[in-house]
Amino acid sequence: MRIELQKRARVSTLFSVLSPLLALALTLLFGAIMFWLLGKNPVSALYSFFVEPLLEVWSLHELAIKAAPLILIAVGLSVCYRSNNWNIGAEGQFTIGAITGSILPVMYPAWHSPLILPLMLILGMIGGALYAGIPALLKTRFNTNEILTSLMLVYIAQLYLDWLVRGPWRDPQGYNFPQTKGFQIEAVLPEILSSGRAHWAFIFAIAAAVALWFMMRFMLKGFEVSVLGQSERAGRFAGFSARRMVWFSMLLSGALAGLAGISEVSGSIGHVQPVISPGYGFTAIIVAFLGRLNPLGIIASGLVLALTYLGGEAAQLSIGISDKVSRVFQGLLLFFVLSCDTLIHYRIRLIFAGAKTAEVKA
Amino acid sequence: MTLSEGPATVPLLSVRGLTKLFGSFAACNAIDLDIAPGEIHALLGENGAGKSTLVKMLFGVLQPSAGQILCQGAPVTIASPGEARHLGIGMVFQHFSLFEALTVAENIALSLDPKISLARISDEAASLSKAYGLPLDPQAHVADLSVGERQRIEIVRALLQNPKLIILDEPTSVLTPQEADRLFETLFKLKAEGRSVLYISHRLEEVRRICDRATVLRHGKVTGACDPSQETPASLARMMVGSDVAEVHRDNAAALGDIRIEVSNLSVPARTPFAVSLKNIAMKVRAGEVLAIAGVAGNGQGELFDALSGEYPVAEDEAIHIRGKAVGRTGINGRRLLGAGFVPEERHGHAAVSAMALSDNLLLARSQSDKKAFLSGGAFSVIRFDAIRSATRRICEAMDVRKSGEDPQAGSLSGGNLQKFIVGRELDRQPSVLVVNQPTWGVDAGAASRIRQALIDLARSGSAVVVISQDLDEIFEVATNIAVISEGSLSKAYPAGTLTLERIGLLMGGIHESHPIPETAHAH
Repeated sequence: MRIELQKRARVSTLFSVLSPLLALALTLLFGAIMFWLLGKNPVSALYSFFVEPLLEVWSLHELAIKAAPLILIAVGLSVCYRSNNWNIGAEGQFTIGAITGSILPVMYPAWHSPLILPLMLILGMIGGALYAGIPALLKTRFNTNEILTSLMLVYIAQLYLDWLVRGPWRDPQGYNFPQTKGFQIEAVLPEILSSGRAHWAFIFAIAAAVALWFMMRFMLKGFEVSVLGQSERAGRFAGFSARRMVWFSMLLSGALAGLAGISEVSGSIGHVQPVISPGYGFTAIIVAFLGRLNPLGIIASGLVLALTYLGGEAAQLSIGISDKVSRVFQGLLLFFVLSCDTLIHYRIRLIFAGAKTAEVKA
Repeated sequence: MTLSEGPATVPLLSVRGLTKLFGSFAACNAIDLDIAPGEIHALLGENGAGKSTLVKMLFGVLQPSAGQILCQGAPVTIASPGEARHLGIGMVFQHFSLFEALTVAENIALSLDPKISLARISDEAASLSKAYGLPLDPQAHVADLSVGERQRIEIVRALLQNPKLIILDEPTSVLTPQEADRLFETLFKLKAEGRSVLYISHRLEEVRRICDRATVLRHGKVTGACDPSQETPASLARMMVGSDVAEVHRDNAAALGDIRIEVSNLSVPARTPFAVSLKNIAMKVRAGEVLAIAGVAGNGQGELFDALSGEYPVAEDEAIHIRGKAVGRTGINGRRLLGAGFVPEERHGHAAVSAMALSDNLLLARSQSDKKAFLSGGAFSVIRFDAIRSATRRICEAMDVRKSGEDPQAGSLSGGNLQKFIVGRELDRQPSVLVVNQPTWGVDAGAASRIRQALIDLARSGSAVVVISQDLDEIFEVATNIAVISEGSLSKAYPAGTLTLERIGLLMGGIHESHPIPETAHAH
């Protein structure tokens, strides 16, 4: 027996719209089964995972803190993916952005000026963009696969950060803890409201999403992205350059990942340490797809994925299971998003033995 | 079916009420067909008439939704190509399935019983190819062979199975007239041995020349059966198209104006191992002229188009002039701004993005040339959707583009209607120079004649038009002057009236007057 995917003659618009919700529902269902198998009450476990974090003001602030880097990175990735460039290394660009953005407060801790914060943000974006420029250069010069190069660069970035905070950047008065000095107050991204910790990164994320939505929807640049993503040849006919698009999309997504990195360090952590991200750069890939590569959809999906992080922490406390559960939920979600989309475009056909198909020519 | 000479014996293969549904669309609708032993039977029809679907069912690639296939009177189910071969049916596809890096013998071995030794296959292939007049070296690598030779491999591969019926899908579409003549001789030999041939084509002259009977399909139904030698090309075309095809009109006396395109010493190295390099190309096209460039597929037409359009600018700026300006190193939009328009060969993924709306596909070609009308917001380049949509409407009306809905996806249009839109998209700008590659490739007869008429009218209104085409009928219909491209070299241009089909055929084979004409060249 063999399973075949047959393209559907017509794609249901209703189900294309419902697909992310369907994926979400299936994720919850399988999450419930998983809790049940772990010997927990599935209803109360799901409640403490997905509902409790939404009931208190402080945890809504935490939600915004976690959603901000996810949305910032994912909207950049969505442009990248729409143009058929597969930047998988946002986690590395996030890390490098955090490092380059932190140069000023770490090297000049005594510099107190309102200029320092904007400069940090710009340096973070430049760092992320340059780091994404490496796979772009390799792709345009040597036709290297950017999926592999951008992914491998993640580990280099993480080890570099690790070496930095254990070596040259370590705070001499820090009791040998591997971290830098705390940033001066001018170098800390301010909070949005006085009611909690959520800082400006969330505003940046919403602004970036709206700006890129406008670009993709109404501007020739967005049209160029979609054309080159669907057919390089047609893009060349239109006079668009696929090579320049590699640079544009990689630098843009790298810059946004870098901005997310420096915002996280400056706004949420306040110093540099060996681990600054619970995998935002990778989770953002799920966010981008769950949001259907649409910047506005990504705002919603970013909040959903942020909730899985919060829920993981909450579940650890209230029902005593590992916070790895949030990884399981993220994996389930990506799996169901992709499979719902596949089933919307294709139907499954089982071909039983007997109808033995010899090699089919043509 | 009533025929002039009905098959007295049991037909080799019969088809009764054969139907194939794709969703609710009937690609083949209750088809009846009889193939007698020892006949060459033509299957005629436009693109999308259901010919390919029908033969795929006969060869076991597709399964019928309803109806019956009878082999020598006995009902059979053909579940796979292997079973079809077993029943004595061989097939030569339009698009060959050969591995370029392997030798002829190795390619043949792939489709046979793995137990047979390569040496034996070589021997048999060599003797078969000799017996049927299909010269072929079993040790040659496929990559080094011409299209005609590659087709011979497919034919020999089919013959090795000793088939009773051979199906040929558009076999001459890739051949020079001389190569086609050789193929016909082979077919007559097969017929003389009592084998049957099912010959799929839309070339009416050929069918009249070599086929004993013809079955005509239109919209998935049999619309006629006839003895093609008793018909005229016009009457066959009527059966195929269903209505009389509008004839293309032109005035011969159009006066030629200034030089609009001038190419001199254009040489371009091959971009990929399988591309053709352009060698020292020179041509001049004047206002009011249609220069048609004939040639067999794969002789550098695509490369020439790329160089003329500026999709791949060339190293030498002086090699190409458009309206007196050196543009060799200028990109496609720079050339468009000089008033040039371009229509590439491939509709899907080159001239148009299938999954995008027609209006988006309008913007695709004209985002820079019509910047003022289609974009606003200065550096932000905000798209003016309303202006683009109304231009799309205008083009669809002017070219009679039939579509479902106001602004459907390009991919949902039939080939002919999409091509009308793509050509109309350029005509709407009234380009002073138009370069078209294969303007009516895979397009139904009605759309084809409309497109050709539009090209002639454009030239008459004072533009210079370059038409690259494989279709000789088309070339004679539209051309003021004709040049022939062969292995990346372009012949000089001859006035259309002074060239015969045979002479073009020779030029297409790379034979110019200065060379002695080899033996193979004189046809029947």
